[in-house]
Amino acid sequence: MKLKLALAQITTRLGVVSANLEKHLAYIEQAKGTDLIIFPELSLTGYVLQDLVPAVVARPQASDPVFKPLLEASKRVDLIVGFTEEDSRHRFYNSAAYLSKGEVVHVHRKVYLPTYGMFDEGRFWAWGDSIRAFDTRFGRAGILICEDFWHAPPPYLLWLDGADLLFFISASPGRGISNDAALDSARWVEHVCQAYASLFTDFVAQNGRTGYEDGLNFWGGSSVYDPNGEEIAKGPYFEEALTVVELDLDELHRARARLPLLRDERTGLVQRELNRILQANLRGSNGRD
Amino acid sequence: MAAIDLSINTTVARRILTGFIHSEVTRVGFQRAVLGLSGGLDSALCCYLAAEALGPENILAIRNPYKTSSRDSYEHAQLVIDALGVQEKTIDITPIVDPFFAAIPDMDQVRQGNVMARARMITWFDQSAAFKGLVLGTGNKTEILLGYTTIFGDAAYALNPNGDLYKTQLRQLAKAVGVPQVILDKPPSADLWAGQTDEGELGFTYAEVDKLLYLLVDRRYTAEECVAAGFKTAFVQTVIERVRRNHFKRTLPLIAKLSNRTVGYDFLYLRDWGT
Repeated sequence: MKLKLALAQITTRLGVVSANLEKHLAYIEQAKGTDLIIFPELSLTGYVLQDLVPAVVARPQASDPVFKPLLEASKRVDLIVGFTEEDSRHRFYNSAAYLSKGEVVHVHRKVYLPTYGMFDEGRFWAWGDSIRAFDTRFGRAGILICEDFWHAPPPYLLWLDGADLLFFISASPGRGISNDAALDSARWVEHVCQAYASLFTDFVAQNGRTGYEDGLNFWGGSSVYDPNGEEIAKGPYFEEALTVVELDLDELHRARARLPLLRDERTGLVQRELNRILQANLRGSNGRD
Repeated sequence: MAAIDLSINTTVARRILTGFIHSEVTRVGFQRAVLGLSGGLDSALCCYLAAEALGPENILAIRNPYKTSSRDSYEHAQLVIDALGVQEKTIDITPIVDPFFAAIPDMDQVRQGNVMARARMITWFDQSAAFKGLVLGTGNKTEILLGYTTIFGDAAYALNPNGDLYKTQLRQLAKAVGVPQVILDKPPSADLWAGQTDEGELGFTYAEVDKLLYLLVDRRYTAEECVAAGFKTAFVQTVIERVRRNHFKRTLPLIAKLSNRTVGYDFLYLRDWGT
């Protein structure tokens, strides 16, 4: 089975949802003939929203004016979009939705909100508290948003929950210039995504955004890795692009025949040791859940 | 001393900085930019980046000589103007600042230098309106951190592509984009009075202080760790104190909070809000 994947690394307008929605629809048109189009983190709103967060919210349902045209478009092609979600209790989340056949298949709320250095997400968004794989017409998948995959457990949990396809979306400010042709931030993301593909014998597709917000640049550079950890697609740095790649999903069979890491994973042992460690931590110190 | 490598990939830096200028100028409805072109390295680099980002016809380079300014400064600026084909204007600040100096006769050299820097700033912002271009700043990370700037003078601008490059790195990028060799080779100077050089006035070289600042700021070394890395204690203390004492030049003026929502504290939007 094949999956024709399109990574739309786009520049967004800060807080102008209507303009961003239009761009989504234009890219969807441009990506005609593909099976799934992935947009970056907060693709409908822009990233450093600060006090704009409550003003750019959407609800992933057909009655929502932002989601209505996206759900309509999803009848022809599956979509992953990034947005600011307001729940029924008026909490705001940095979320991503998987849309297919006119339905909302899955919503992931960002679990790790970076609140250090240049990042201030914990001030403006509520923490998501679940990490779940979900079924798509191409197999079982999982979505993570940026800082979520800087932590090792979320990809691991998705893997154990059955995800063979890992979709990571980001709005990653470019930083760390050196002699290298890639910024530190780009190098880091590429290293870990390649590592997750290798460790989990999964497909990993990561999509970042482009453009600037004040002095911050977003480096683009989407990439896709196959279950052998090979890079099979790479978008350009710093410019908007639509990168299309065909995933041969049968590679999962071949990779896991060669390297049965999933078969041999000792989840019972992990659970026992994790329980022991967490119990010890609870007795000892600052048990943050 | 351990080797501290400040070298950068100039292709990446050039890409980010030209993109930055283009994005931040055009998203607010402008197509053009204005900058003071002193004949020195920082403004030369900025002019090259701006010309690449917006097209040379959309850049206005302003020369602001004072009667004591070095003739070399003027001519080195001309080299940049000729090489890039940017638009240029020369506004002599002598008739602007001399009456000011005459009115306040007890001004020392530093105060006069600050007045000159601010007079130049007035001409840039005036030409900004006339030329319909945003004012580009040219100060580098070293001088911003050390506070080696005139507040509301050269430190006043709409955007600055140079401000996260240490002087050492800026020199590398300037060379890569083709800034004339004579500008690369001469000692950095604010040219506010005859014989002034940055390194003479600061009391240390950019090569030294850039490495120290890199450890302190970028690598988050403590003073003790910098000394252990080979820097003299007195030098480390001098630089740390300079950075701290000049922080006021890097922040917005303070506003006293009274209400529930106050500009500068909890009215939080990027400047690019809505663009």
